[in-house]
Amino acid sequence: MTNKRRDDLGLRRLLGQEMLPWLVAAMAFLAALSIGGALEAQAVARHWQAGAARSATVLVPNPDLPLPRQGDGPEMTRFDAVLRVLRPNINLAQVRPLAPEDVGRLLRPWLGADTDLRTMHLPGVIALRLEREGVDLDKISREVAAVAPGATAEGHNAWIARLLALANTLEACALAVLGLVTLVAVAVVVAATRAGLAARREAIDIVHGLGAPDSYIASRFARRIAASAGIGGLLGMLAALPVLFGLAVLSAPFLDGDGLGLPHTIADLPLLLAAVPALPVVTSLLSYFTAQSTVRRWLRSLP
Amino acid sequence: MIRLESVGLRYGTPSRPGPLVLEDISFSLPAGGFRWLQGPSGAGKSSLMRLLHLELLPNAGKLVVLDHDLGAMRRDDLPALRRQIGMVYQDFRLLPHLTAFDNIALPLRLAQAPESMIADDVAEMLRWVELTKKAAIYPPELSGGEQQRVAIARAVVGRPRLLLADEPTGNLDDTQALRQMRLLGELNRLGTTVVVATHNDSLVERFPAASLRLEDGRLVSDDE
Repeated sequence: MTNKRRDDLGLRRLLGQEMLPWLVAAMAFLAALSIGGALEAQAVARHWQAGAARSATVLVPNPDLPLPRQGDGPEMTRFDAVLRVLRPNINLAQVRPLAPEDVGRLLRPWLGADTDLRTMHLPGVIALRLEREGVDLDKISREVAAVAPGATAEGHNAWIARLLALANTLEACALAVLGLVTLVAVAVVVAATRAGLAARREAIDIVHGLGAPDSYIASRFARRIAASAGIGGLLGMLAALPVLFGLAVLSAPFLDGDGLGLPHTIADLPLLLAAVPALPVVTSLLSYFTAQSTVRRWLRSLP
Repeated sequence: MIRLESVGLRYGTPSRPGPLVLEDISFSLPAGGFRWLQGPSGAGKSSLMRLLHLELLPNAGKLVVLDHDLGAMRRDDLPALRRQIGMVYQDFRLLPHLTAFDNIALPLRLAQAPESMIADDVAEMLRWVELTKKAAIYPPELSGGEQQRVAIARAVVGRPRLLLADEPTGNLDDTQALRQMRLLGELNRLGTTVVVATHNDSLVERFPAASLRLEDGRLVSDDE
């Protein structure tokens, strides 16, 4: 119906909508951060889960205690005996004994810098990389305890479960913020549309009286609001990009361990790459349909 | 044709009813007829015109406009019926952000007429109301009389089946008033049903036709 760019209702100069792009920009910025936060938390959780499921630690109390010599065999400590049991195990991709200095370095944050670790009876630690998920750690525990009583094999499940709970909570919070931001954005668009309707009441009455159907009036408002919101969405997205870049830098060590794989980290988040540039389009569409529905509901008050 | 049977109109809402402005109005007007609508200020002339223009719906009685019983019509069908009705408002009701040309063109654009036809028809109307040189001027820059002529041109440009004019000559000098009345008369001769509300008794004497008279919201005489 008529040229869609024609501004019959005088909406281009509508004062009430001047703030709309800025308000939508703020909402889009927060939405981008929420999406980024949720996806980063999801990626970190997935990474931790995958790593933890295939790693375990063997603790050997009194590792240097020699075992009774077996026949003509060499003299062995408890630690050596456990390593000897573990290394042929086909379920283990890697068996890596930690040097006492490494164990000391790991414990120093808890024990303090002044503690002389040599006076402490620290257990020997062996890091295991499992060939696959679901390897029976109880069986390995029994095998190492058989040669060095007290030695145990432990998975990292308990810790990882807590970290996963933390990551999942962060993700849920980010999604809740995204939902809240969406609701606020809808409320802002409804308020702007109603302000526009109030400001253009007379023009609407005239055009309605000349025989314009609801769809004509609603689509003109919706297009105008959607254009303003789309500009806001673009501004919000552009403002969010450097922040998301920084977030990727911060999360890189948790994903790669080297802290240098920044592009690699972002590339690991295809959803982020798709979701953030889509923000202007999504805000525009959301605003279009919100404005359409608001105007059509309002027009129902006219005969 | 137009037919009103015991029509009543009250402003306000069902929960907060306002004053009764029209009561027990009954008359009919055949297609192609002409009727003056007279009465003192506050008699309900503008309310009756708004009812006939479908801006208001009656609270009581039956209203038939252009052979459509409004009580039996869906709301979505009303815009198409409105596009067959031209209305000249007492206060012009032009869109201030559109030029005189675009104000006159609006009914044609709403009816999805091709732009080439719109250009010809609007140019012809501008010639008739003697505003060709003011086609690109916005209403706030036009005099009251010029705005009224634009409002008349907008009402008749789509060759409506029903033309309603509420004090259409109130801001015009005698020469322009006669010229615009001749335009309405010409449309009537071409088949348009015309209802003109006016206080101007001399205008009624110059263009004799059947007349409806309202007082205090009631129809007190119908010459037909």
